[in-house]
Amino acid sequence: MAVGNLGYDRADLDDIPGTTIFTVASSRRAYHLHRFCMSLMKADNRPAFKADEAGYLARFGMTDEQKSAVQARDYNRLIALGGNFYFLIKIASCDGISAAQAVSTMTDLSTEDYTAMMLAGGRSPEGVRSISGRF
Amino acid sequence: MARITAGVATSHVPAIGAAMDLMKTQEPYWSPLFDGYEKSRAWQKDAKPDVVILVFNDHATSLMLEVVPTFAIGCAEHYRPADEGWGARPVPVVQGHPELAAHIAENLIIDEFDMTILNDMDVDHGMTVPLSLLFGEVDQWPTRVIPVLVNVTQFPPPSGDRCWRLGEAIGRAVASFPEDLNVQVWGTGGMSHQLQGKRAGLINKPFDQDFLEKLTSDPQSLRKLTHYDYLREAGSEGIELIMWLVMRGALGADVNEVHRFYHVPASNTAVGHIVLEAA
Repeated sequence: MAVGNLGYDRADLDDIPGTTIFTVASSRRAYHLHRFCMSLMKADNRPAFKADEAGYLARFGMTDEQKSAVQARDYNRLIALGGNFYFLIKIASCDGISAAQAVSTMTDLSTEDYTAMMLAGGRSPEGVRSISGRF
Repeated sequence: MARITAGVATSHVPAIGAAMDLMKTQEPYWSPLFDGYEKSRAWQKDAKPDVVILVFNDHATSLMLEVVPTFAIGCAEHYRPADEGWGARPVPVVQGHPELAAHIAENLIIDEFDMTILNDMDVDHGMTVPLSLLFGEVDQWPTRVIPVLVNVTQFPPPSGDRCWRLGEAIGRAVASFPEDLNVQVWGTGGMSHQLQGKRAGLINKPFDQDFLEKLTSDPQSLRKLTHYDYLREAGSEGIELIMWLVMRGALGADVNEVHRFYHVPASNTAVGHIVLEAA
């Protein structure tokens, strides 16, 4: 038996600051980007990508914007272009950096300050729950 | 008859597995976390499950690109640890239980849960980190495992209430399996964390601790949490907590709490853990 109303309003989801909802449509937009990311799960492909990034990326049917965002390691841009972090982290792993390092580049903080924030208990939800409600 | 004797919930942060594989568990950053699992490891030595039904999400390892099942169940004989981009973890191959898995899959579909059946799959940190946390460094895992996978990444995931009801249906399916088996159900993932955008690093300790408390004191209330509640309060990856409700739904109304642990941080994430015995 269902309990209460579990529906949602898309406007509410878009009202969460600094948060992009990964949808069926984003998955479609990022399909070739994600296929590239998953290719990095094969050991032979990692040095091939690192040796010639542009040449390696040319094998995948990604948009030019997605390719340049990969080369810039601009994770916020890649998410705006449909990407999801569980795919994108394979690029960071290939670079030999930690998940926390990769995640910190999406924030306004340096990696050192981000790490210190996490050790101090993380980012408080106060003020970053709702854009319209400002709480 | 097979019976569900206990439920376990735990975070499955990949850095925890890396800390174990790289022998860093005694470092100051990690030792408080591993200390929090000592009691559960000792408890598991007595609990001796024959089978663990392990609920987790695939992190763009074996699923999510070509196929995105809302609910899936593994019916394979074994599952290899995946290479997620830095080489496979040096942990044992996971042995499945194809007979019980097939029985559960059939019963769930008859019970109107439209499961995807997985006959071959590599498993990522979502499965191997909980096994490492609860069993430590071992030559072989001391239990068979049935993977149950939930899409928690591509919107919309199933509702928390739907996950609860899947857990109830798993409970019914296990109870009708004729072999005498000691079965545990594990819900994994969470607690609060966000791995994207300017809000990355979000940790909501009051939300997490209330969630842990209510698993014992008022579990029905957790069924009412919406996707919006999880995303806003626990972060875009904190919605993994719906998988804990599969475990809680499977356990039945009355439970005895054996152990509870909460720790911040592991990498980007708040780590939560609870052990519940079916009363």
